[in-house]
Amino acid sequence: MSAAVSAACQVGGGAGAEAHRMTSSAITASGLRKAYKDKVVLDGLDLEVAAGTVFSLLGPNGAGKTTTVNVLTTLMKADAGTIRVAGHDVATETKAVRAAIGVTGQFAAVDELLTGQENLQLMADLKGLDSGQSRRIIGDLLEQFDLTESAQKLSTTYSGGMRRKLDLAMTLVGKPKIIFLDEPTTGLDPRSRRTMWDIIRQLVAEGTTIFLTTQYLDEADRLADKIAVLDQGKLVAEGTPAELKRQIPGSHVRFRFTEVAEFDAALRVLPDATRDAEDDLILHVPSDGGAKSVRSLLDQLDAHSIDVDEFSVHTPDLDDVFLALTGRTSTKVEA
Amino acid sequence: MSDSTTMLRRNFKHTVRNPITVFNAVLFPIVLLLMFVFVIGGAFDVGVKYIDYATPGMIIMAICYGLSATATAVNSDMTKGIINRFKVMDISRSAVLNAHVAETVLRTLIAIAAIIAVAFAAGFRPTASFPEWLGAIGLLVLVSLATAWITVALGLFAKTPESAGMACVPLIMLPFLSSAIVPADTMAAGVRQFAQYQPFTPIIETLRGLLLPGDTSTSSAIQAVVWCVGIAVVGYVWSLSTFKKRA
Ligand SMILES: Nc1ncnc2c1ncn2[C@@H]1O[C@H](COP(=O)(O)OP(=O)(O)O)[C@@H](O)[C@H]1O
Ligand SMILES: [Mg+2]
Repeated sequence: MSAAVSAACQVGGGAGAEAHRMTSSAITASGLRKAYKDKVVLDGLDLEVAAGTVFSLLGPNGAGKTTTVNVLTTLMKADAGTIRVAGHDVATETKAVRAAIGVTGQFAAVDELLTGQENLQLMADLKGLDSGQSRRIIGDLLEQFDLTESAQKLSTTYSGGMRRKLDLAMTLVGKPKIIFLDEPTTGLDPRSRRTMWDIIRQLVAEGTTIFLTTQYLDEADRLADKIAVLDQGKLVAEGTPAELKRQIPGSHVRFRFTEVAEFDAALRVLPDATRDAEDDLILHVPSDGGAKSVRSLLDQLDAHSIDVDEFSVHTPDLDDVFLALTGRTSTKVEA
Repeated sequence: MSDSTTMLRRNFKHTVRNPITVFNAVLFPIVLLLMFVFVIGGAFDVGVKYIDYATPGMIIMAICYGLSATATAVNSDMTKGIINRFKVMDISRSAVLNAHVAETVLRTLIAIAAIIAVAFAAGFRPTASFPEWLGAIGLLVLVSLATAWITVALGLFAKTPESAGMACVPLIMLPFLSSAIVPADTMAAGVRQFAQYQPFTPIIETLRGLLLPGDTSTSSAIQAVVWCVGIAVVGYVWSLSTFKKRA
């Protein structure tokens, strides 16, 4: 607990706090607790999301991301803690909160017996849009999400990526000010993932606040103004992507050698190199991974006639974050 | 109210896209009616023309046959992701349930109209006066409403759409063990008592009284209405409390 708090404070200071003072908060939560029977899932969570920004909750499977989203979006009651969303208290002004938010959950929430167009129409009707308005909005959304061609097909026939897109399009009907996206790109192919990222960026450009959960560090890095790392119901770090990355080992190049002699020689030639934790023929050398710096490393080894069996450039992922912040890898958390 | 109307439209689309539902709800009771009247019924001596005797019971069976579709649909709504979307929207919470009940009642009325039309073509000659017709329609709406709410509750209570459909089977079987097909007093002891005291017998007797010659028994009518109101209230309360727990 104390380690977690100090890590959070350490990064929470600087630029993040400045930003809060200048902009209003879209979401504030303090002391969130939630347990299923005797299993504690959220253990005193504090969150603050500035209006018009992307906040990413990063964590492995089972960390409590979905539970956090459920609690923030009125789907579930927290056992303790206070939450304000769009300026309204979640417990006492539930209706006002619901009117202000849009939620795309982890699992697609589309009506499978309706077509894409009918699903959007259903949302427009429930939002009380008049028919002219809704026809225009639905047309625009279908276009934006590249679903116009499949609009008249039942959504059961959609691929996973299309269903996700329809799901998000349904969330956008009525232009909610704050949008929650629970692992919007998990299980998507690279192309659909990029489309999803573009859509998120466009929403932010229009002034929408986005609360995004993800298991991917690179996704949080690309999209978020602020990242909070969740581990077993507690925040273990919080800050801008740059602040967070300062805390974790950066990208590095991995060299594999065929013989111990060459490995030892390389270790002498490259002073920054460290041994791999498991494989004693592998070295890690901090590097930005760019062609120039990789070539210079290879040149140095070549100058000493050290043969490299293979090399790879490694950028930090969620595992590195967890190892650095908790001393465990996220895969262990999952197990 | 408008949320419920939107949800009702949604349910209607579901229904017409599922021909099995339509078959079960509308065609099967008609097939059953024709079977009993032309194939089996000749062997029964019920004191009046058999189609006149059987039609009121078949109307009630038509109400019950559509129910498993409702239970399945309600349960699918709860177990497939869409309900989570509805729950975080600023819409009336009960709209989903109201829509299922309204849809069930309307679908049932269509099934009833169809079966009465077929029965009429097959020789059914009701002698009801205008007020008696009104009473019959009122009773049928009440029965539909009551069975719809209890079915919604079963659908909410069940774990899976399949088990929700199964949960309605007793409700579908109940009319067979009433005076729908043959008078209760011709049945074996035990079954007879059951038939006499279960809700569908007074309901069917009241309907017969209204549609056919002869007086409507006041005690049957009171029992029928009390049963319906009781079932509706239990179904409604059970539905709301289960919905609250699950939603
Ligand atoms: N309804 C539930 N009952 C019991 N435990 C649950 C329930 N939902 C989630 N959990 C547990 O709570 C923890 C956090 O789950 P969740 O919030 O879904 O994590 P994430 O979204 O980060 O994968 C997990 O260990 C999960 O097993
Ligand atoms: Mg999750």
